Amino acid sequence: MNQQLDGAGGAQSPTSVERKGDRELVVTRTFDAPPSTVYKAWSRPELFQRWWVPKSVTGVSLVSCDMDVRTGGKYRLEFSTGGPDTMAFYGKYLEVVPNERIVWTNDEGEEGAVTTVTFEDQGGKTLLNFHEVYPSKEALEEALQGSAAGLPEQLEQLDELLSSSGE
Amino acid sequence: MVQCSNIPLDLSFAALSDATRRGIIDQLGRGDASITSLAENFRMTLTGVKKHVEVLERAGFVVTQKVGRVRTCKLGKRGLEAEAEWIEAHRKLFEARFEALDEIISEMKQEESHESAT
Repeated sequence: MNQQLDGAGGAQSPTSVERKGDRELVVTRTFDAPPSTVYKAWSRPELFQRWWVPKSVTGVSLVSCDMDVRTGGKYRLEFSTGGPDTMAFYGKYLEVVPNERIVWTNDEGEEGAVTTVTFEDQGGKTLLNFHEVYPSKEALEEALQGSAAGLPEQLEQLDELLSSSGE
Repeated sequence: MVQCSNIPLDLSFAALSDATRRGIIDQLGRGDASITSLAENFRMTLTGVKKHVEVLERAGFVVTQKVGRVRTCKLGKRGLEAEAEWIEAHRKLFEARFEALDEIISEMKQEESHESAT
């Protein structure tokens, strides 16, 4: 089953999210810079933390961001939603090829996905492909059904912000 | 964005907490089925399957219709919407991330051109 949604507002959205087959989710987007630049923004923590949690997502902030981007290296991101508790996301890099691809695990849950991001040169621009593979069809179904039934509050806030920005 | 109708969330979570019920949703995603054929596929009694289907029906994931002696089950609107909503939520999050990334990339490009100019 393939399902694709473009911008709900009618305008063509540059970000495409697609479910492929039973266990995969694919996000693609083109950036106006060569792969070496996009890779740098993705692999250096001081740059990565400036965009991974967008400012428009109010109420959530990145408390710490440790990334050792090399094959076998580990990462750990801690988020705060305002309260005393933080939420941690962590895992390790299974494969790192500078300017080409990064593959990492998502170990915070029992059946976490393996994420692959690739940077493809398209005449000075970069086609970015972000690809999540879940260990089983059930794990993806659970992610689909579970988060749709109880979407994080910040996404709703983001939605409000996006719809009020008048674009 | 997500108007999860007015069915209480715990009803949905309870409905989806069971592997057999998730299997039923999955099978109905591939085509409508009668209670009898579901019972055969899941190697359960008719009564057992009926109970699971009732739970799914209350949560809006499945609708059933009885024609003659056969009760046919199909995916409710909710089961289809849940997936579309999730994908749209993901898309919005990534879109916001990537807009921020665009800004950083253009900063980086400016710095690079300054460096090569000096």
